[in-house]
Amino acid sequence: MNKVSQMKLEIRDLRVSFAGHPVASVPELNVDGGEIVGLAGESGSGKSMTILAVLGLAGTAGAAVTGSVRLDGQELIGLSGARLRAIRGRRIAAIFQSPALAFNPVFRVGAIVSRTLRQHGLSAAEARVRADAAMRSVLLSPELLQRYPAQLSGGQLQRVAIALALALRAEVLLADEPTSALDVTVQAEVLELLRELRDSRGMAVLFVSHDLAVIAELCDRVAIMRAGQVVEQGPTGLVIAAPRHDYTRELLAAVPRLSGEDDLPGTSPQGLGE
Amino acid sequence: MIRYVIRRVALAFAVVAGVVILTFVISDVVPGDPAASWAGPHASAAQIARARQYLGLDQPLAVRIGKYFAGIVTGNWGTSIHTHRPVLSDIGTAAPATLELVIAALVIAILAGVPLGLAAARWPGRGLDHAIRVGSVLGVSMPVFWLALIFQLVFAQRLRLLPVAGQYDPNLVFSHPLTVRTQLPVIDSLISGNWAMLGSTLTHLILPALVVAAYPAGVIARMVRAQVLDTVGEAHVQMVRSLGFPERSVFGTFAMRLAWNPVAAVLALVFAYSLVNTFLVESIFDWPGLGSYAAASVSTLDTPAIVGVTLFVAAAYVAANLVVDLVQAALDPRIRLR
Amino acid sequence: MSGIGVSGIGVSGSGRFLRANPLLATGGMIALLIVLVAVVAPLVMPYPADAGAATHPEMALQAPSAQHLFGTDQVGRDVFSRVLAGTRVSPLVALFVLVIACAVGISLGVLAGYFGGIADEIIMRVTDIFLAFPPLLLALAFATVLPANLTSLTIAIAITWWPWYTRLVRGQAASVAGRPYVEACRALGIPSWRILLRHVLPNSITPVIVQVSLDFGGVILTACALSFLGLGAQDPTPDWGLMVAEGQNYFTTQWWLVTFPGLAILVTALAFNLLGDGLRDVLDPRRVLIR
Repeated sequence: MNKVSQMKLEIRDLRVSFAGHPVASVPELNVDGGEIVGLAGESGSGKSMTILAVLGLAGTAGAAVTGSVRLDGQELIGLSGARLRAIRGRRIAAIFQSPALAFNPVFRVGAIVSRTLRQHGLSAAEARVRADAAMRSVLLSPELLQRYPAQLSGGQLQRVAIALALALRAEVLLADEPTSALDVTVQAEVLELLRELRDSRGMAVLFVSHDLAVIAELCDRVAIMRAGQVVEQGPTGLVIAAPRHDYTRELLAAVPRLSGEDDLPGTSPQGLGE
Repeated sequence: MIRYVIRRVALAFAVVAGVVILTFVISDVVPGDPAASWAGPHASAAQIARARQYLGLDQPLAVRIGKYFAGIVTGNWGTSIHTHRPVLSDIGTAAPATLELVIAALVIAILAGVPLGLAAARWPGRGLDHAIRVGSVLGVSMPVFWLALIFQLVFAQRLRLLPVAGQYDPNLVFSHPLTVRTQLPVIDSLISGNWAMLGSTLTHLILPALVVAAYPAGVIARMVRAQVLDTVGEAHVQMVRSLGFPERSVFGTFAMRLAWNPVAAVLALVFAYSLVNTFLVESIFDWPGLGSYAAASVSTLDTPAIVGVTLFVAAAYVAANLVVDLVQAALDPRIRLR
Repeated sequence: MSGIGVSGIGVSGSGRFLRANPLLATGGMIALLIVLVAVVAPLVMPYPADAGAATHPEMALQAPSAQHLFGTDQVGRDVFSRVLAGTRVSPLVALFVLVIACAVGISLGVLAGYFGGIADEIIMRVTDIFLAFPPLLLALAFATVLPANLTSLTIAIAITWWPWYTRLVRGQAASVAGRPYVEACRALGIPSWRILLRHVLPNSITPVIVQVSLDFGGVILTACALSFLGLGAQDPTPDWGLMVAEGQNYFTTQWWLVTFPGLAILVTALAFNLLGDGLRDVLDPRRVLIR
């Protein structure tokens, strides 16, 4: 694969702390366009805080952030509020764990979509066109936009969230446990959608999850987090086949497997190295 | 939904009926003779007896109550012992003034309470929040009749910024006569383009409306603050932030819409409180509304008038509740979808 | 639901507790002060006779001074003494009202919630009828047709206040009645009154306490408002609302007649409202009925 000199998203020495106590520490993490990078670890390992920090929202949770997060070379940490808001949603989009909770229940989902698009400078007509096209891209009928969140299933809501990212033409997608609250079958659909975003749109996707099996299946590269620290990272196949850190080994051992299956997907020789 | 509304209306009728009956019963027990009051201080015993017969006071209580209920439906709410006019027409004359005041007060309360509550929720724990919280409790603890007197003294009499009393300047009636259409002077002067009168009615309305607005403003500010603070930690707030909306939209547009529902819920109750508070304030500001009418009725033991006013206020409260229920359903899709 | 066991808090603990709950602390302290004043008022007021029937027409309408901190009223009575004496009028009315409301409300609520059935239906329908009506207005309606004195005032307000407690207690009683350990008690043959006393009542106490503290200020305001209208206390009773009414006509020049009694109402209502708010935050954030 042709590596460009600059990654889409470059995280260096990111430290998030609450009142002096560190909750997340990422010495180095890169996500390039057209790849899915996984951030794996247990609950409370600091994965979600990392996402908030990238979005510049860690402050709203009361945390302090130091370090560097670059989008196409532009430094985001310390950027002014107005500039950050222009980037949020428009260039870096996020989808969250509980889609049913992530949408304001008294707004039609379409209202949220169109308001966001207009917030980022589109006219009402343009917004409608893009929203409809995006909905079709995620295989949903545009008329579902008229519904309230309570009238849509978790899977549908998650797809609307992805559609929103598409409509905005976001370049980076931060996914915080997007499939954890979904059924396995629906999960598979959403994962497929993410793969498509990577392949046909060249999106840079940061996929956060505690489910190593899903990460193994989906991600090109993976970073393992434990107690706020990144302990290991590398191409998925390599990390899984030859874990270097004890914790990684524990995680791998903990993944439930069907009897007779020794390897996680992606660990066969074809998946190793590029 | 329809069944819900019907049930509410039926319950409301039961309430009103119960209160009317109770009022009749109690006033029957109370010492004092309305017939004597009606006939006047110089009436002879025979005249009083004839008065009693004329007023129907010689009939048994149950019959009187029954006749009254029959009368309500036909629009005959009895005759005021004091004014000698049909109670319904008395109320018709007095009610608009009270309604004008209550509505003005509620509008002020919402216009003040909602933004203040939002501001307090947006910057919780800071000086502004503390000030707004104290202000809200102050508003709720305020004896409204006292506030009316203080405001009148300070703003009208000492500072001479606003008129002391009345609905409008009576002298203006000669130079700019008011065409009465809705019985609400503010609206009437607006629609007839009577600007001088409009100015007068508005300046006369400010002081009493502010006084009555203190309580509902406090309630609304507290409610909005509590509701918005409740939702601030929820995922959908963070999502909207992640989409690039500025904080004022996060609170003002998105979080606020969730808060409208409970605010609407409390609005009916607040309307009732404001109605009674208006009664207290009317005598101080010479406001020709139901409060003044009710006060006069009480001192003359004017049972038909008292019952009539009670009936009217009960009906107004029921109507307010229904309106609020419908507004809530319109604002919050979750209610409709149930 | 966890409550705060005051007995468990030592001196340093209570200091921290008070600082963390400034509303509760402020309201509580002022309320305590008012109660204190109410208790010692007869001993502390400079002109005790003025709180009663005494009149001194020759000293009428004097401005506040060293001898008369709040001035004198239209018949020469010391306003300061009367305001102090007033702490024993409306707050006492409020106390009685809430005691009655609680007594009736708890009894009916327990009856309805625990035993259910037809008793529940009847009691709750009647309660619903009362609850559907704005409380202040109901009190006003009753007060207008009763003779004007403090007793009827207390009764009129109490009549309109008990339904809230009935509904509050009924909810608690019903939920406790459904719990497995209560069913076990019943199965063991333990008489109902013991179950009520040892299980249902203690569980209902906390929300009732919070509601009472929240209501106290409101009842005082209602009582003073009705007295202002002439429907409650009568002269010479030193009721704050009555004093404001009496001072109305002189207000433009003798401002002290109205200002100080009104301030007393405000401060008292404020104190108890703050206390109630603080208690609710501390004890039981979800259970209280919004008024």
